[in-house]
Amino acid sequence: MGILFTILQAIPSASSQGILWSVMTIGVYLTFRILDYPDLTVDGSFALGGAVSAILIVKGMDPFLSLLFALMAGMLAGVATGLLHTKLKIPGILAGILSMIALYSINIRVMGKANMPLLGEDTIVTRLSFLSPSKTVVALALGITVSVIVIALLYWFFGTELGCCIRATGNNEYMVRALGGNTDNMKITGLFLSNGLVALSGGMVAQQQGYADVGMGTGTIVIGLASVIIGEVVFGWGEHSFAYKLFTVVLGSIVYRVIIAVVLQLGLKSTDLKLLTAVIVAFALAIPVIKQALRPFFAAMKSSAVGKAG
Amino acid sequence: MLKIENVCKTFNQGTVNEKKALIDLNLHIKPGDFITVIGGNGAGKSTMLNAVAGVYSVESGSIFLDGQDITRQPEHQRARLLGRVFQDPMMGTAANMGIEENLAMAFRRGKRRGLSWGITKEERESYVEKLKSLDLGLENRLKSKVGLLSGGQRQALTLLMATLQKPKVLLLDEHTAALDPKTARKVLELTQEIVTRDSLTTLMITHNMKDAIRIGNRLIMMYEGRIIYDVEGEEKKNLKTADLLAKFGTASGGEFANDRMMLS
Repeated sequence: MGILFTILQAIPSASSQGILWSVMTIGVYLTFRILDYPDLTVDGSFALGGAVSAILIVKGMDPFLSLLFALMAGMLAGVATGLLHTKLKIPGILAGILSMIALYSINIRVMGKANMPLLGEDTIVTRLSFLSPSKTVVALALGITVSVIVIALLYWFFGTELGCCIRATGNNEYMVRALGGNTDNMKITGLFLSNGLVALSGGMVAQQQGYADVGMGTGTIVIGLASVIIGEVVFGWGEHSFAYKLFTVVLGSIVYRVIIAVVLQLGLKSTDLKLLTAVIVAFALAIPVIKQALRPFFAAMKSSAVGKAG
Repeated sequence: MLKIENVCKTFNQGTVNEKKALIDLNLHIKPGDFITVIGGNGAGKSTMLNAVAGVYSVESGSIFLDGQDITRQPEHQRARLLGRVFQDPMMGTAANMGIEENLAMAFRRGKRRGLSWGITKEERESYVEKLKSLDLGLENRLKSKVGLLSGGQRQALTLLMATLQKPKVLLLDEHTAALDPKTARKVLELTQEIVTRDSLTTLMITHNMKDAIRIGNRLIMMYEGRIIYDVEGEEKKNLKTADLLAKFGTASGGEFANDRMMLS
């Protein structure tokens, strides 16, 4: 009973966290699942989004407008990774690592220091405080609105000729080239969109938590992967439309936050979370292997049960 | 239609594994030619097709397609003039996408891909008609993922996709080799049907000498990166597999016995 109560208690704030981070998760889904490209740039572009948004707000820009610039900055970071990978033929993971490392320096340059507080500044949360006195509700409303818009736009985009070609590139790039598709451009476009969303999410998270930090992006890729996989495992049984799949990614991001909140309640330190996340991802990715290994075991159980019944 | 002039291609140049795959290769293909290509493993058949398709660049020589020098064009750019079917049925289609989505990709070969819908209603209707002509029942499964189809069905679909926009040259790289004999026959019949119907210029690699003689109007035999035999018309029709074997025997100095050339 205790644990159930803890879960219920954790849901509201975990949901508001999860939904702001879900925009990042959708970005990771685009590269990881659609392009079949594990893109590590996101660790850098998430913090980049936070940094750009924070500095612009401090300089007096409208907090919503600053998110647009965060989005564009992330898109540029994605293009950089894409060019490293396609034009310079650097392997995908390494291209992402290079961008990620470069962005660490860039993010400090952008803010002029490693940490930028937004205390007393006008943020999206203060702007929307007329909705509700509770910050959780405001963040939730904002997150739901943004993720619904993002899902709708992506649903449209991946139904277009260009979007279909990007999906096909992630599926079978030999075929795409044989059918006249420029796979380099498709990958760059995918990374462009993905990192834009990641940075947008970073901007929103920075504003919601009240500061941007150069380290805020560390582990973003793993959190994104964990959320994508949790969403698929918990809600993604069987065949589904593309919009539903994006929706499960958002739900996965929320469930991830609930899990984190619960284990914190149970006494883990917040510094243990990265280890926990890594374990979750490793476990989830190992599910096919585990299933395979357990098959003889289940078969034996089944036959012994049949034997007893007979 | 297609002119290959003095083309050389070497793999792993400057290493111990250096392999001269194409040596000073010359081939002129007239419009409407249906050429079958035979030769042992490593003869350079696939390399020739891939050089035409632009999968890799060649060291020297030129390739002209329909009067245009395509030697330096990237693969995706040449694709607007070429239809291709591969040996591996997995290569020609996208497994996680639906049949209609695959066809829609093929329908846009050589066109700009913009932000209009990936599939329109009219083209969907035309796909049903095209799929009916395959006679595999695929016309009722437009939304099915291609990954659910058998190798033969996928190969038939790839063939349809390669010819959906009429190509200047159709390149078939042993496209029936991975199929069981019955399915292979069916796909081959389909190939002949489509090639004749659309009077396509075709280059088909095969390991089956009987097919190579029976099908098409011209036959070339390759050996170690060169074309060693080129025959067409009546002379080709009257060929016997024994003649080809003898040809091959002289060229390779009798080492053909342990090669993969099949006599079925």
